[in-house]
Amino acid sequence: MVSIHLSDSQIARVKSTASEIADDIHQFIINYSSDSVERTVLRLYGVDGVNEDGTPLPNKIVERAREQKVLENGISPWFAKAMIISKRDPQITAELIDRGEINPTLNFLITPSDIHKKEAELAQKAIGILNQTKEQKRKKQEQTSLPPQPWRYIIVASGNIYEDRTQAESAVFSGADIIAVIRSTAQSLLDYVPFGPTTEGFGGTYATQENFKLMREALDEAGEKHNRYIRLVNYSSGLCMAEIAACAAFEDLDILLNDSMYGILFRDINMKRTFIDQHFSRLICSQADIIINTGEDNYLTTSDAIDAAHTVTASQLINEAMARKAGLPSRLMGLGHAFEIDPKVENAFLYELAHAQLARQLFPEAPLKYMPPTKYKSTDVFQANCLDTMFNLASVTTKQGIHLAGIPTEAIHTPLMQDRYQSLNNMNYVFNIAKNLGDEIEFKKDGLIAERARTVLNETEQFLNSIKEQGLMASISEGLFAGVKRYPDSGKGLEGVFKKAPEYSNPLMDLLEKK
Amino acid sequence: MKKNIKPYGDTLNDGVIQLSFTLPVEYGGKAIKAAEVYTSKLNFDQITVAHAKKIAEGFTYFVVFARAIPFLDYSSIVSNEVKFDKMDFYQINSLIQLEFKRQLSVIGATIGTDAHTVGIDAILNMKGYNQDYGLERYPEMKTLNMGSQVLCEDLIKAALEQNADALLVSQTVTQKDSHIRNFSELIELLEAENLRSRFILLAGGSRVTNDLAIELGYDAGFGPGTVPSDVASFIVTNLLKRRGKNA
Repeated sequence: MVSIHLSDSQIARVKSTASEIADDIHQFIINYSSDSVERTVLRLYGVDGVNEDGTPLPNKIVERAREQKVLENGISPWFAKAMIISKRDPQITAELIDRGEINPTLNFLITPSDIHKKEAELAQKAIGILNQTKEQKRKKQEQTSLPPQPWRYIIVASGNIYEDRTQAESAVFSGADIIAVIRSTAQSLLDYVPFGPTTEGFGGTYATQENFKLMREALDEAGEKHNRYIRLVNYSSGLCMAEIAACAAFEDLDILLNDSMYGILFRDINMKRTFIDQHFSRLICSQADIIINTGEDNYLTTSDAIDAAHTVTASQLINEAMARKAGLPSRLMGLGHAFEIDPKVENAFLYELAHAQLARQLFPEAPLKYMPPTKYKSTDVFQANCLDTMFNLASVTTKQGIHLAGIPTEAIHTPLMQDRYQSLNNMNYVFNIAKNLGDEIEFKKDGLIAERARTVLNETEQFLNSIKEQGLMASISEGLFAGVKRYPDSGKGLEGVFKKAPEYSNPLMDLLEKK
Repeated sequence: MKKNIKPYGDTLNDGVIQLSFTLPVEYGGKAIKAAEVYTSKLNFDQITVAHAKKIAEGFTYFVVFARAIPFLDYSSIVSNEVKFDKMDFYQINSLIQLEFKRQLSVIGATIGTDAHTVGIDAILNMKGYNQDYGLERYPEMKTLNMGSQVLCEDLIKAALEQNADALLVSQTVTQKDSHIRNFSELIELLEAENLRSRFILLAGGSRVTNDLAIELGYDAGFGPGTVPSDVASFIVTNLLKRRGKNA
């Protein structure tokens, strides 16, 4: 396979620097928890549904614990105690707490060791759920064939989950390997996970566990028909990263958008909240065998794709290091990058090849997530299709993993059925006619492409060193990523962050960390 | 004077148009016939269904070439194109220096639930768009980019605090006409506070036209292909015009 000469010792250095940056953040993470981490524990313990006001029960229970001033100890012991009192299942117990019919704080007869035992039992069951989805997916993948990479990733975004199913089935018919249901605009800022099937959304469809289930069924059916395992994607980002990961595990999702910094930079979510939540969400993904997709491509929508190429590489390295902290193996790391260089730049395609090849060599086992051109996408759909053709060629040549389809009408509207067909038709064509191009060619040893890859790696090393020196939080405050400045004590969701008390208990997290 | 026109293929008034569309029917001879008949209902003749392809169970995609029957009297067309004297970066800055003797204050925001900043960033960010510097780089402008998901109330508050000359409002998501609702909400709030005439109010976005913006009560609308100097030229031209009126 095509390869550029890069210094192995330099690669080892940048990986170790990224790891130190992640260590520093991890020292912070382990002492804190968040509302959404605690709600996730409840979900995996078996609490779901909404009360009569439509508020999700996990939210209600965490609120109650906060009112009782016991949240700092973790929701787990308080809820386990409630289960012992109620002698009912987790769902009924949650309903009883919500209605005020039981208040575990007022009971002093139950011994800590009984609570501890109950917690261990609940945590063990939760691990069972995560193991089960892993097993379930493995079985399905064995029964149908697994498509070769790059996997063709197509979005649906009608707002109506039932219409999305029709769109997804049509995309599978034309060759899609992965279906992503784009979320309704601004769901990332909701501090709860909506409930039930939904038919109204803006710019996308709400991520709910029921919607996950409906789409999973449709894709299983379509996959069987076309004898290809179809992966399902949603978003573990925003204020409910870990909760969405739990819902995704219940319904056998395969991939989740999950970035350690995206929410901070692009949704102004508090950085402490995001770092805490991403860690727990990744622990879940690791156990449930869910691939994470990181969001480095977004940097290039605000910064220049050549000037800021090293920020993408640096962020990939940091995302990788943080994912390692959560036990994710490389095969579950869909590190992101994009084909976003201004098409007016002479030899832009050569730069794109250099960037894509660099990512490939730095993360040889990761199913890299490669984003199509969006920033310079023309509203002339024919020209847009040309851009996508070159993107497809770069992807197959450098053997990318998760290939997000470029859509000719990207700059105009959410895709129509025929737009997806055009897009898939283009991918099918290029991936077939250039299938082994990457195995056949070599880049000139000191040519433009090789030099460019080395330059980006050099810039990455300098950039990572400066981040390590001042710490990641301070670096983000200085606007080093995407030119966006965010501060440790501002942004959404900070009120949901709390310091763990010495008695804090979360046996589910302990089990996941042990792995 | 009347001027009758038709789409141009390779001969004047041949009326040639290329169409592509999907019908919710299974691929086959009947589907192709249906595409032809449907196209004829759209007032076309000499219809060629050049391409037909099954793209899903029960869905067929077509590429069709046909000749449009109706003529259009071009002289009857009225369009509210954005009117401004197009100037470049240097001309705009020196004009501001000469005429205003102060920096112009410009605030940009993507309002409502829309999370897309691609439009507002293209106009405001230092780097700009399509080799045209963004307004942040204009020495004679003071800019504030509030980013996405900005509440209309917050935009108005910032506009008053900064004593803004112009507000740039961007909307990218247009599903179920959410952009229209958001644009209208801002106008209603400004009118309720009696502030509408205080600012030059510009709408921007991939589906925004000047006609739409004017109809909604904005001073102008800027769609795809707009470069920052277009917006800056409009702002300066209009501030001068307003002053002329008031003087």
